[in-house]
Amino acid sequence: MRAKASSPDKGDSGGMGKQQPNRLPRGGRIDRSQPLTFHFNNRACQGYAGDTLASALLANGIDVIGRSFKYHRPRGIMGSGMEEPNAIIQVGVGADTVPNLRATEVALYDGLTASTVRGWPGLDFDLLAINDFCHRLLSAGFYYKTFMRPGALWKWYERCLRKASGLGVSPQLPDPDRYTHRNAHCDVLVVGAGPAGLMAALAAAKSGARVIIADEQSEFGGSLLYSAARVAGNSADEWLGKALTALADCPEVVLLPCSTVFGYYDYNFLTILERCRDRPAEPRQGLSPSPPEREGSKRQGEIRQRLWRVRAKRVILATGAIERPLVFPNNDRPGVMLASAVSHYIHRYGVCPGRRGLIFANNDSACQAALDLAAAGAAVAAVVDCRAAGPGAIADAVEQAGIDVFRGHVITGVTGRKRVRSVQVTPVSADGKTLNGASKTIACDLVAMSGGWSPAVHLHSQAGGGIAWSEAHACFIPDKPGQDNVSVGAGNGSFALDACLAEGQQVGLDAARQCGFEPVPFSTPKTVSATVNPLQPLWRTPALQSPERSPKQFLDYQNDTTVTDVRLAVREGFQNVEHVKRYTALGFGTDQGKLGNINGMAALAECLDKPIAEVGTTTFRPPYTPVAFGACAGMDVGQLYEPVRKTPLHDWHEAAGAEFEVVGQWLRPWYFPRAGEDRLPLPLTKKAGARGAETGGEGGDRRKPFATLSLAAQAPGEASAREDLPEAVARECLAARNSLAIMDASTLGKIEVQGLDAVAFLERIYTHNVAGMKIGRCAYGIMLGEDGMLMDDGVMARLGERHFYLTTTTGGAAGVLHWLEQWLQTEWPELKVYLTSVTERWATIALVGPNSRKLLQGLNGDIAFDQADFPFMSVRSGVLAGFAVQVFRVSFSGELAFEINVESDEALALWRKLMEAGGQYDITPYGTETMHVLRAEKGFVIVGQDTDGSVSPVDLGMNWLLTEDKDYLGKRSLARPDCRRADRKQWVGLLSEDGTTVLPEGTQLVEANTPGGRPPRLPLAALLEGSRLVGKPGRARGRARPIPMVGHVTSSYYSACLGHPIALALVSAGRARKGDHIHAALSDGRYVKVKIVSPIFYDPKGERQHV
Amino acid sequence: MLLIKCPWCGTRDESEFSYGGEADIARPATPDTLTDAEWADYLFMRKNPRGLHREQWVHAHGCRRWFVLERDTVTYRFSATREPG
Repeated sequence: MRAKASSPDKGDSGGMGKQQPNRLPRGGRIDRSQPLTFHFNNRACQGYAGDTLASALLANGIDVIGRSFKYHRPRGIMGSGMEEPNAIIQVGVGADTVPNLRATEVALYDGLTASTVRGWPGLDFDLLAINDFCHRLLSAGFYYKTFMRPGALWKWYERCLRKASGLGVSPQLPDPDRYTHRNAHCDVLVVGAGPAGLMAALAAAKSGARVIIADEQSEFGGSLLYSAARVAGNSADEWLGKALTALADCPEVVLLPCSTVFGYYDYNFLTILERCRDRPAEPRQGLSPSPPEREGSKRQGEIRQRLWRVRAKRVILATGAIERPLVFPNNDRPGVMLASAVSHYIHRYGVCPGRRGLIFANNDSACQAALDLAAAGAAVAAVVDCRAAGPGAIADAVEQAGIDVFRGHVITGVTGRKRVRSVQVTPVSADGKTLNGASKTIACDLVAMSGGWSPAVHLHSQAGGGIAWSEAHACFIPDKPGQDNVSVGAGNGSFALDACLAEGQQVGLDAARQCGFEPVPFSTPKTVSATVNPLQPLWRTPALQSPERSPKQFLDYQNDTTVTDVRLAVREGFQNVEHVKRYTALGFGTDQGKLGNINGMAALAECLDKPIAEVGTTTFRPPYTPVAFGACAGMDVGQLYEPVRKTPLHDWHEAAGAEFEVVGQWLRPWYFPRAGEDRLPLPLTKKAGARGAETGGEGGDRRKPFATLSLAAQAPGEASAREDLPEAVARECLAARNSLAIMDASTLGKIEVQGLDAVAFLERIYTHNVAGMKIGRCAYGIMLGEDGMLMDDGVMARLGERHFYLTTTTGGAAGVLHWLEQWLQTEWPELKVYLTSVTERWATIALVGPNSRKLLQGLNGDIAFDQADFPFMSVRSGVLAGFAVQVFRVSFSGELAFEINVESDEALALWRKLMEAGGQYDITPYGTETMHVLRAEKGFVIVGQDTDGSVSPVDLGMNWLLTEDKDYLGKRSLARPDCRRADRKQWVGLLSEDGTTVLPEGTQLVEANTPGGRPPRLPLAALLEGSRLVGKPGRARGRARPIPMVGHVTSSYYSACLGHPIALALVSAGRARKGDHIHAALSDGRYVKVKIVSPIFYDPKGERQHV
Repeated sequence: MLLIKCPWCGTRDESEFSYGGEADIARPATPDTLTDAEWADYLFMRKNPRGLHREQWVHAHGCRRWFVLERDTVTYRFSATREPG
């Protein structure tokens, strides 16, 4: 921890007094040798290192920090920590800007710029403050009552409401900062480093436990940072320094200041947000506010925030308590603060937040603020205490300081709009329910209020623990813990310092013992706690008028929720606390009702005439305080978002100028453009007129970024059919059909299956006859899910009696192996089968085209490639050009083709040799786009593009693969009634009647080309399925009418070798409709007439691959 | 995040595992003889108890072995681990 930076008696270093009128001449834990300049709403201000933005704003005498959410009332700083509801500000500019930060939590740095998130045209004069005067129109739920009708106007309402009520502005530029995650384990995690937490950490650490202690503040100490108490004969401050030194000396202790434990999950897993840049040890200085200058300087490598993921054996929650506001008319005026915050600013920052303070409380703790104000030289107008007996022992000290104590009084009014000017004080009955006397007005500019303390039970509750209502302290305290955790100190309802120290020590020793360490006791520091008079609950001051008539009494400052709102909600029938929360917005927002919730529940209890314990609280969920998305993402952004897999041939492709696409994490060559070849976006239609240019490929294939681009760059009507796809793809396609082409197919999933029961196993997986396969033969195999739908496909080969080699789709490799293992392990553990992924062992090179055999025969080797020795669908192992290879004679293009498996580290050498030898045939490397076109011309399916998990092999026309006389996964489902429906969508080919339009993939197919047209006769079921609206075809035609929708396009390309576009589609009962015409509904409202044909467009008899 | 005890590797973070649904659903020996309703029951119907639930997990980023766990769906506590089969 940082030592205290300045000695308390060091005076102000001249000149600052003028700019910081509320800065005390001495005191505070700030470093007066380090003055800082910052801007708030373009006003230059001064502060010191160690300040928060809030303390610096107070020091500069800035009263109004923001405008409230609904009524746009001026608001000032109310708290001193994460509970702050009003001072919500935007920090930084450009990429650095962060919205909705609490000024009380922003560590000041030189050059900081901050602005108010609300207020138009300005903070001082806010037009929407008119809302404050028409509040009767803006009651709870006004949103739901007012803006519902007419529905069409919601878009307009929404825009205005966003402007009126929105919080800060999101950054529009990428975040330049770095964030990381860290995983950690410990024996004891201590949350909160106040007196109880520090003692617990000390006790556990001294006993040898691995301890992590985290505190959201920039300095450890909690209430000790502003306490006037004496501990073990020292001032609180001195004792704190000694305790921190002792803690730091223990081995295996991690101290995390500026670190908020924001989530408590199952099995003692907790998440901590460490705001590294805010740590005082590394003050930020001299940073220019303009991002370009900043880059590469101090920011390089600096971590802004670190998200810790901690698994702890034992968790000690010393989270402290949050002071409650009191509910009285105009209790939101700037100058009304929490009493503890007043002490905090005086002691910790040397800032006196007012000149003439008044204390209003229902308990003793607030009296300290009176003494602190007096010691700081401020006038104290009075201590107003609702209790007839007034404060306990501390009252003597207050009265000795010459401060009036009004016992049995409450505040019934506040004057002053942008700053408190005076308060009205009225005697109250002993039970606090009725006023009984004349009011008097007391001038003051600061009201320090305290309505008691609410233990921060959030983490305890997140961990699954219950909470119980404590009548004695009028607050919810932790009940039975949900996990291996314990609450201690003020967070457990023990508010006295001596109790915090003693209990903290005890739970620390207990935790060490529970983690297997021998506790090492030490003496508990002695401290004196004065006797206190018990707190008297005061949930709402009795008002001079009814709550509806009197000025607003705020429960939740951030959401402008008042007592009246809760009462209205109850009148309108809401009773459950969760419902009231959602109707009134009580407890929403960035502070999640840290200040307002308990008072709100009390108001609800009063209306319902129920005890508070029965009303209960809303659910506490993570995060405790807001967490930036950057911290959640950590390093997993940009290039590190997902792993990139490259094939052994990647460098060659890159050198050859390939364009790449990502397929299941693999980078695959997409096509190989040559110099001078266009890379224009693929036109969707040749008639790219004004409307055509707007034809977005919204339903198109995500693989094709160019399909979604506008065609505006291309002159309408000028494109020839051949230019409908990149020239490179057309060239590659023709090379494969006419001579010789080569492709890197290394990404294919490859699985070896071996074992005594390999045949039996694969028979249950595949639909074809596996046992009948001869050694050395290949088969096209499909796998179904148990629901009968196509899951994956690929060629599989029998390498031996009990040895098979399977290929899967590139993206399906991991999933198929997982699927096979699951069946093997969970359903058929008796089968002796072993599965091995060999995807990355082998690189695969596909040689395609009529000259492929000649090329292979021209190379040295021991494999006979002629038709008789090496027929279609067979596999041979041997030596080729000096490399050990497996060669598969299979074809995904319909051409004579060979796929060569070679050890990955030899792949590049073989590829080079093939390229060299293929020169005589103009060997052409091709990518995935050409592969897709070639297979579509042949009507070969691509799983995941032509199928979507709801397509059966029967739908695809693969009946020939389904063996009748055996069982296999999914077989029974094919006999389910739904799978036998006559109108199921079936896979067919489509030809555009105009001969030029390449249909966008995903295009919907309809029967008729006008919404009003009479649909042709159809089976009833098809009509039923089609009886949905297609969308609005244009207003001129009036209301849209149902069009029977019969299917959609799954694949679509321009076929260079056929000279026209081709498409594959799923069409209801399509196989029986060959020759019929239907219509493709383009997204721009046009219809293209298409003819249903066979999905095999090229070489329908399959002769070319058998030569 | 749950802590899951793999019977082969010991206790690990939930993120190393994949969930495999309800355990003890045996695949019918002769699917062809089942009625549509019986097959649909095997295929689609799963328990959703409040309380103890036997379920399959796989140590996907570890030993890749499947096992069966009994989990309390209210407290997320695991009470038994065993190998499948």
